[in-house]
Amino acid sequence: MKFERYGIGIAKGLTVTIRHLFRHPTVSQYPEQRLNISRRFRGNELVWNKEKCTGCGTCAKTCPQGAIEIVTSTDMTENKYVVDKYQVDTGYCINCGLCIESCPYEALYFSHAFECARYRRSELVQSKDDMLETPERKVSGYFYPDKANKLPEQTLLVEKVTEKR
Amino acid sequence: MAVRTEPFVLNMGPVHPSTHGVFRMRVTLDGEVVVDIEPIFGYLHRGIEKLAEQRTYTGIIPLTDRLDYISSMSNNFAYCLAVEKLAGIKVPERAEYIRVIIAELQRVAALLIAVGAFLNDCGAFFTPFLYMFRERERIVDLFEMVSGQRLTYNYMRVGGVSQDLPDEFMPALRKFMNMMPRFMAEYDRLLVQNEILIARAKGVGILTGEQAINCSASGPVLRASGVKWDIRKADPYSIYDRFDFAIPTQTTGDCYDRYRQRVEETRQSLHIIRQAMEQIPSGPVRAELPQLIRPPAGEAYAHIEAPKGELGFYLVSDNSIAPYRCHIRPPSLINLTALRDMVRGWKIADLIIIFGSIDITVGEIDR
Amino acid sequence: MATIELNIYNLVNFQSIPPDWPGGFWWHWLFFTVVIIGFVLTMVMGVIYIERRGMARMQSRLGPNRTGPFGLLQPVADAIKVLLKENIVPDAADKLIHWLAPVVAFAPALMIFAVVPFGNGVLLADLNVGILYVVAISSVSTVGIFMAGWGSSNKYSLLGAMRNVAAVVSYEIPLVLAIVGVVLISGSLSLNQMVVAQDVPFILLQPLGFLLFFAAGCAEINRSPFDLMEADSEIVAGFHTEYSGMKFAMFYLVEYAEAVAISAIIATLFLGGWRGPILPPWLWFVVKVIIVFFAMVWTRTTLPRIRIDQLMAFAWKFLFPMSLFNLFITALQVLAGWPTELVWAMIIVNFAVMAILVLVWSKLFFKLGRGRIEV
Ligand code: SF4
Ligand code: SF4
Repeated sequence: MKFERYGIGIAKGLTVTIRHLFRHPTVSQYPEQRLNISRRFRGNELVWNKEKCTGCGTCAKTCPQGAIEIVTSTDMTENKYVVDKYQVDTGYCINCGLCIESCPYEALYFSHAFECARYRRSELVQSKDDMLETPERKVSGYFYPDKANKLPEQTLLVEKVTEKR
Repeated sequence: MAVRTEPFVLNMGPVHPSTHGVFRMRVTLDGEVVVDIEPIFGYLHRGIEKLAEQRTYTGIIPLTDRLDYISSMSNNFAYCLAVEKLAGIKVPERAEYIRVIIAELQRVAALLIAVGAFLNDCGAFFTPFLYMFRERERIVDLFEMVSGQRLTYNYMRVGGVSQDLPDEFMPALRKFMNMMPRFMAEYDRLLVQNEILIARAKGVGILTGEQAINCSASGPVLRASGVKWDIRKADPYSIYDRFDFAIPTQTTGDCYDRYRQRVEETRQSLHIIRQAMEQIPSGPVRAELPQLIRPPAGEAYAHIEAPKGELGFYLVSDNSIAPYRCHIRPPSLINLTALRDMVRGWKIADLIIIFGSIDITVGEIDR
Repeated sequence: MATIELNIYNLVNFQSIPPDWPGGFWWHWLFFTVVIIGFVLTMVMGVIYIERRGMARMQSRLGPNRTGPFGLLQPVADAIKVLLKENIVPDAADKLIHWLAPVVAFAPALMIFAVVPFGNGVLLADLNVGILYVVAISSVSTVGIFMAGWGSSNKYSLLGAMRNVAAVVSYEIPLVLAIVGVVLISGSLSLNQMVVAQDVPFILLQPLGFLLFFAAGCAEINRSPFDLMEADSEIVAGFHTEYSGMKFAMFYLVEYAEAVAISAIIATLFLGGWRGPILPPWLWFVVKVIIVFFAMVWTRTTLPRIRIDQLMAFAWKFLFPMSLFNLFITALQVLAGWPTELVWAMIIVNFAVMAILVLVWSKLFFKLGRGRIEV
């Protein structure tokens, strides 16, 4: 005699939920408990290296959103480009990472910062000097594995929850 | 005693708790019974196919993320296969394995959501949904590790993947794979035998195999109706012919079968991942390609077995850096055409679960 | 008309009011009205907290924990928020009915507590037909709910209201029949007398009756798995779709006040009400109410919702015959005059009867068909 249909399924389900009552919830409470984000984090901001950038403009050409604007002039004495304007509208940026992958001179990175909410649309536009690397805006390891290895390890849910079931 | 009743029209959506996005149904009701239904969509139209014509072949990959946003990796995969077919690019061995592992993980994640949302539509007050989201979270963690994002992964590239797996990936994946069977057992314990669920879903919204073929449904919806058709076996792409896995099918094609079908497919996916983890070689992960890909003029169609069914990309190239035409065959849209046949004569509550059991993503329907 | 006897026994926790005070009757009335309103409001806040926290933990979440210690003030914060919200009335609404509906729905939920004893004789009115009064009053809420569904001129609301009426009409019968079993054993209709008669909690003597009452009670007050009157995944919010601000809060209050009321009646009828060792009676009562309510939260977390025709089938093809059986067996037992020393035997017999009946009838129920009758 099979004991389906007599409420056994319901009873089994009830045991599962009641067991969860005594388990640790899988929740981290954000402002106090912070998890480490991925080492390859593709965040809201770009970090630009003033020294390395040659002004070639590959990043701007690759960007599918047209979020990067670059204006250069030629410095005849040293025979190179001077970047007059480098501006990223992070409101348009979809954090795809194609610009970072395409930069031939390793001058563009994602930042590892993720709390970049702004009050105004105009504040989302980053240009030259607020794109440099600072201690608060560390460089993310996206596409640069050697940089990734220096960042703290990502917190994984698989490792956090240890309860038996 | 026949009571004369008058049908009335109920507008479900575009914003409704269980239309899974901005989707609208004009339902003609006779009391509680659904007389007719007319799906209306287009509220999420972003013109992805048209946008694709102005972007470089690489620049389209982030767009495909936004099709079926809960299985971005599969979309990336299908698109990259299409471009590779068009341009005749050979993908390195390791990249193929990475793609398979990631695509199957994505299938598990997407099916977990599908099952959770379906059970939520049945009225199990968010419990299965949250449990399954918790497990999906573990997969998303892994995806975040490899790609840096949690929803729009943009990980696969034409000719491989964007970066190699980090060193921490394999141990974490192994841990996840050890956990998963226990989770699955727990879900089964929670609801599979539940009398109410059986009463609600068994025999409801039957889609016969013939009907399913006629409206060219695919994926779990088709297989739940008893048709053994899986593109991974029928037209093996990538390296799926190297793995040993079964195609589970169900018999009747009702809502309960579609739910079981998804659970069984999750099991098979885990089985594939396990094999791929053992076989994965080392080596490069990205073919040497120029920045801008210029495929020769011609056309190519590549399709994969996405979590929701057959996802196909049809690309026409005119030997420029952007495709001349990009057409997407979204599984959700095609599966949705079966809805009308399934719901007529059932009640509103059934309409919701039948709709839920088809498992659509509006991002894919409207494109 | 029922004669209303007002007894002022010594109030257990509160200083009793001497019956020779001028207007003692009115003092009693005033005192208990205040106590009941206070009790219901605090209990509602308490159970909302318990539901949200308990359910969250069962779903592997934390629940509200930011407002006040352990999030205890969350219901208060919600209440304030909802009070300050704008009151939106649809243009096409039947304004008067729309306005009146929450009041009509709320009053009965409060009135039920008039006959629920918090201690021996500690109650507003010890009606000798107490349970009859409860059954009669509790159905009045439905009128309010139907008014809400009709008055808001929204198809979802109307559907929800229709479902509610259908459910309440059907479930009233097994509910009452389950109560009759208890009445037969205790030999009284007064809730206080029933508690006094419970030397053994009636859940042991009437296990089947308890199950029936619990199921029917859940359906009566729209608790899951019978919550299809406000099934959020189907008809948005059912009858209160078009309510906002304070009126919505009233409905929210009704929902939980009814849940507390049904829990209180289950506690009184089946769990021995205020009786219990050591703790003061009112505390025992509260504890039992919360236990019953927790069971409701538990089922709500676990179970999917049933469909309207299945709801009807469940009432008429399962609960109704079962409650008749229950009544019949109880009547036989009472008629035969079961000896008091052999109460334990009665417990065993009744549990056996329950098990057999549930098994056999479940099988039959599937043969009868679990739904698909047109409603
Ligand atoms: S991340 Fe993508 S969208 Fe953003 S600037 Fe770079 S290429 Fe453009
Ligand atoms: S691609 Fe790199 S080097 Fe060239 S302009 Fe952009 S940031 Fe500078």
